[in-house]
Amino acid sequence: MSGEDWVFWISGTFAVIGALGLVLSRKAVHSALWVAFTMINLAVLYIANAAPFLGMVQVIVYTGAVMMLFLFVLMVVGVDSSDSLIETLKGQRIPAIVLGLGLAVLLVVGVGNGLVNAETVGLVEANSVDGGNVEGIARLIFTDYLIAFEATSALLITAALGAMMLAHRERWIPRATQEELSKARFRSGVHPGNLPTPGVYARHNAVDTPALLPDGSISEESIPRPLQARGDARAVDHHEVNEIKEVDSQ
Amino acid sequence: MTDPTFGPFGLDPWWLVLVKVLGIFVMLVLLTLFTIWWERRVVARMQHRVGPNRVGPFGLLQSLMDGIKLALKEEIIPKGAHLAVYWIAPVISATTAFIAFAVIPFGPTVSIFGVETPLQLTDFPVSVLYVLAIASIGIYGIVLAGWASGSTYPLLGGLRSSAQMISYEIAMGLSFVAVFLYAGSMSTSAIVIAQEPIWYAVILLPSFLIYVTAMVGETNRAPFDLPEAEGELVGGFHTEYSSLKFALFFLAEYINMVTVSALATTLFLGGYIAPWPLSLWDGAMTGWWPMLWWLIKVQVFIFMFIWLRATLPRMRYDQFMRFGWKVLIPVSIVWILIVATARVLRDDVVLTNRELLIGGAATIAILLIVSWAFQSRSDRRAAARAAREEAEANLAFDPMAGGYPVPPLPGQQAVGTSRRARAGVTIVQDRSDVTQEAIDG
Repeated sequence: MSGEDWVFWISGTFAVIGALGLVLSRKAVHSALWVAFTMINLAVLYIANAAPFLGMVQVIVYTGAVMMLFLFVLMVVGVDSSDSLIETLKGQRIPAIVLGLGLAVLLVVGVGNGLVNAETVGLVEANSVDGGNVEGIARLIFTDYLIAFEATSALLITAALGAMMLAHRERWIPRATQEELSKARFRSGVHPGNLPTPGVYARHNAVDTPALLPDGSISEESIPRPLQARGDARAVDHHEVNEIKEVDSQ
Repeated sequence: MTDPTFGPFGLDPWWLVLVKVLGIFVMLVLLTLFTIWWERRVVARMQHRVGPNRVGPFGLLQSLMDGIKLALKEEIIPKGAHLAVYWIAPVISATTAFIAFAVIPFGPTVSIFGVETPLQLTDFPVSVLYVLAIASIGIYGIVLAGWASGSTYPLLGGLRSSAQMISYEIAMGLSFVAVFLYAGSMSTSAIVIAQEPIWYAVILLPSFLIYVTAMVGETNRAPFDLPEAEGELVGGFHTEYSSLKFALFFLAEYINMVTVSALATTLFLGGYIAPWPLSLWDGAMTGWWPMLWWLIKVQVFIFMFIWLRATLPRMRYDQFMRFGWKVLIPVSIVWILIVATARVLRDDVVLTNRELLIGGAATIAILLIVSWAFQSRSDRRAAARAAREEAEANLAFDPMAGGYPVPPLPGQQAVGTSRRARAGVTIVQDRSDVTQEAIDG
């Protein structure tokens, strides 16, 4: 096998594994990672086929920007929400399988037809016409495919503007300044500062140790709520507290 | 596969490739140890302290000892961690940090064991884009670490990191465009050679400044270290990491610093080309000397990183994003337009001096009119603001209205300040009717 064959079989296998992982993963974040993995392997294949520019742009744009955006959204929307596996569209499976198979047949026939009938000049010749891969792509984009290229970019900008329009909320009242926010915080009557810290004693100073108020009673706020809810707060030995009081009063 | 060679690259025998790979690996690890020590010493100096000076000469072995200790520490994995991703995240961070260095040129062709070879692992027509691509994969390490820790602060750190990376990578990529236009190539070695007469930092100064800003954002260093932000997020994405896995993140951060500094040197400071006073010496570009010039330039950038950290407070997240999207990116785009126009005028359009003068005068006139319009608008705003402040100052002012910040005692009034006294407001402090009982409640 030549070097190119090795690259193809290794990266191609990885790309297919990644694609399967995308479909079979239960967690949305794992699916997104499999897609990123597939895209990196596709980029390797592009580079092996003398298209280094396409390969790099594939990684930068798809892995670096698009999938990162996906991850961002997934992480914002829900970390622990177990993804619903209930089908919302009823009876979609059979049409989906049929259409998927149809697409696969079309792709195989189309690509196979191209491979058999098209006249190929070879990658080296294709890249050397304009003095290099980057120069060749640049010439094609800015001459033969200029309108398609510009139309695509106009479409993308329109989509971005549309998304901004949909997500935009008109602000009816001016945004509260830091000063106004701090005033509101004080006026609300809720304790504005930090909660009291846990108690610090000779034997304990962990977060489960309650602080004592001046009269010897426990300050409920000094222990985090989850610990209280779990019943993990440490009991205070009131006998000792009383002893201290006695010593103090003497 | 097509011809794998590119210029003098791709011709090395296999053992030389191994030697170069090992050399780069060892150099990066040593540079990390050195940079940590240097950072601690410089920051200490700037804060009137001494810094580590006990282990080895000048404390040079301190970071080595710290590294050994870190690697031998107990490893704690949180219960809620997503194990596979939690494991792979630091690995992604560290590997990508190393492999980005493959296309950085350290020097021109030298002889290693009798083989003539360039001091660079490899190069290809789009190698600057390769560095960008590897950097964008490297951020996955941070984002995934944040997600996989199964904890809130790391998640916030990871989120910030992903947003930061998307925003600042755009500005970074745009700052490369002017360099590509001038060098006519995206390969690092060709860009270095194209800077032989003059550095791009001089003729493309705006690009250089934008890149330097974006590279600090890209490496999560102060003042842009929002994903770590120990004041807000404990440790950010690496809060839940310990022992060797944390060491990998640590290593990756410092190697990334070296990488972006090396890229800045390559693209803007003429790479390994000897700077001016040294270039007068004929031997400056012979043998292995250029690697020393390269190293000095990289260290200058690293010093700048340290200096920034010791000087600037961390930016607020919204200010940081606004700066990236509303300042860096628009400025880059306008600058690229200017550069491209200048290139076309110089290369394709033959202008007479008279046309150049008229064009220049017209441009300046337009700029003047625009800036005058802006100026008069901001003047009007400033005048309106001054008038408003004047009016507010003249209002009778009760600083204790509504009981903010502390409810007044019965009958208590604020002590007048001199400014308000001038404004004709009489505020007297009258506490004669406040008895001790009232205060005690």
